[in-house]
Amino acid sequence: MSEKIVPKRVYFTIFGLLIGFTLLTVWVASRDWGAFNTIIALTIAVTKALLVALWFMHIKYSNRLTQLVVASGLFWLVIMVALTLFDYRTRSMGR
Amino acid sequence: MINTETLQPAEPLVPRTHYLNANYGIKSWLLTKDHKRIALLYLASVTAFFFLGGVFALLIRLELLTPKGDLVQPETYNKLFTMHGIVMIFFFLIPAIPAVLGNFLLPMMLGAKDLAFPKINLLSWYIYNVGAIFTLYAIIAGGVDTGWTFYTPLSSVYSNGNVIAVALGIFINGFSSILTGLNFIVTIHTMRAPGLTWFRLPLFVWAHYATSLIQILGTPVLAVTIVLLALERLFGVGIFSPSLGGDPILFQHLFWFYSHPAVYIMILPSMGVISEIIATFSRKKIFGYKFVAFSSLAIAVYGFLVWGHHMFVSGQSVYAGMVFSFLSYFVAIPSAVKVFNWTATLYKGSISYATPMLYAFGFIGLFIIGGMTGLFLAALGLDVHLTDTYFVVAHFHYIMVGGAVMGYMGGMHYWWPKISGRMYPEGWAKLSALIVFLGFNLTFFPQFLAGYMGMPRRYHAYADQFQVLNVLSTAGASVLGVGYLMPMIYFIWSMRYGPIASANPWPGSGLEWQTASPPPTENFIDTPTVTWEAYEFEEGQNLNVPVAAK
Repeated sequence: MSEKIVPKRVYFTIFGLLIGFTLLTVWVASRDWGAFNTIIALTIAVTKALLVALWFMHIKYSNRLTQLVVASGLFWLVIMVALTLFDYRTRSMGR
Repeated sequence: MINTETLQPAEPLVPRTHYLNANYGIKSWLLTKDHKRIALLYLASVTAFFFLGGVFALLIRLELLTPKGDLVQPETYNKLFTMHGIVMIFFFLIPAIPAVLGNFLLPMMLGAKDLAFPKINLLSWYIYNVGAIFTLYAIIAGGVDTGWTFYTPLSSVYSNGNVIAVALGIFINGFSSILTGLNFIVTIHTMRAPGLTWFRLPLFVWAHYATSLIQILGTPVLAVTIVLLALERLFGVGIFSPSLGGDPILFQHLFWFYSHPAVYIMILPSMGVISEIIATFSRKKIFGYKFVAFSSLAIAVYGFLVWGHHMFVSGQSVYAGMVFSFLSYFVAIPSAVKVFNWTATLYKGSISYATPMLYAFGFIGLFIIGGMTGLFLAALGLDVHLTDTYFVVAHFHYIMVGGAVMGYMGGMHYWWPKISGRMYPEGWAKLSALIVFLGFNLTFFPQFLAGYMGMPRRYHAYADQFQVLNVLSTAGASVLGVGYLMPMIYFIWSMRYGPIASANPWPGSGLEWQTASPPPTENFIDTPTVTWEAYEFEEGQNLNVPVAAK
């Protein structure tokens, strides 16, 4: 399978976006967003992770099987977090 | 109707050069990229650790011969069972079948010359050994006493043992496991011979595919958990210890998310071995091939949904316990599918009782007991009584030793002619299989009784009432030890004195039997084309196919 040649400007754009989101993280962390603190931080983190995975790791240009492998990893993470949180969220129920 | 003419073994065929004599010298082994030689390197490593773990087991059983703690100090006993568990699980059981038999056979079963990434394959062996060195250092430096489970905050705050060195060894070793899994998945996807469709693959390959999924998806979680443990122990970062603001149950969630599926890393490859043996020695296609194939994947997936059954009494929410209990019962279904289908395969089969088949029968019986007692432990109420008793110890040894090791031993005997080009002495081998089976049951069945009556695990002393059962168990361990030593002796003997093995001595139906014994470095002179279904024994559809390597 031949590797897709991605123009350099795409990499520089993604790099710029990652730096921008890092600065945004610092700025967001300096203010209190109340109940949205975690949500905002996680949204920025997930966006950055997606940028790295899709463009730097070439998932965007990969075949379906590779994309399925990556999706499986994320799905397994969801399983782990969901069932663990289910424990935490239900510990005080009925007490 | 089986054509008996096809059952005649082919003439012995020893190629002028094969992978064992293609080149000589220590360098030719340490820098080899041949999957078969790497498998033998792994064989040497895991065998050494098997006997090291066996020595720890021996000392444990000797201490438990009498109710009083009169052989070793309590602290030493804690270290013995910890190191027995760590060595056996991380350095023997997890790598044994995939890294030895999987490495050796997978490319041949696929009709390929090697794995997809031969250099990464060799790298995985070196990584394994680097991890092993850290663990051996920790053992020599005084050992570790946390149990193989490393429960926090004991491991992260209070233990005086060499936790970091052992944890680092396991952390490093994990990458070896991941690389092996990655190599297998890519090889199975991309290097199958022409005509070898997914549903023509041997079930050994399906089992290793499922195992590889677990290795890739689960092992990184163990690595992350070890890093978190190290952060707390070395730098006092509060993650698991309540005194530092952490939650010890979080460690158990993360640890068991990997370590329960890890049991399936041990047992699934063994199930693959059993499928091959049952088919060959009953001369029949595996009953319900697709169900058996998909049951491997189902076990791999379900295995990730049940980890909470290790935590019913740990402080986990009772509602989470109910969900995990329910899900744990589900994983019994694909396991039962395999056992029922193997049994159905035997029905009206032309069964022969060669040594590998004896191990396969042993596997089925012991795995049923191990699996069924697992259901006892998955029941929320009964588990309260049985948690941390010898019942649990007996249960997981029936799975890991009665299941995984029986399969490994069966596989070693089944493919030994292919690996070495020599036959082992069948009489001695049958005797060893019998001794292993009897010794195993004598060792571990009394532990079910002791545990059910309330004997706790992980204590160096116990109440007098349990002595008879413990004496039986220690006697059984001695018998089991003899049973395991015998194959080591006659395998080594056979490499020089054993009768020359033919390319297909049983005969088996897989592609690995269609190349010479031992195989040439490139496995097949010409890439085979597969035109038959898996386990097609009738009318000589593939048993008399000309051997490719000459």
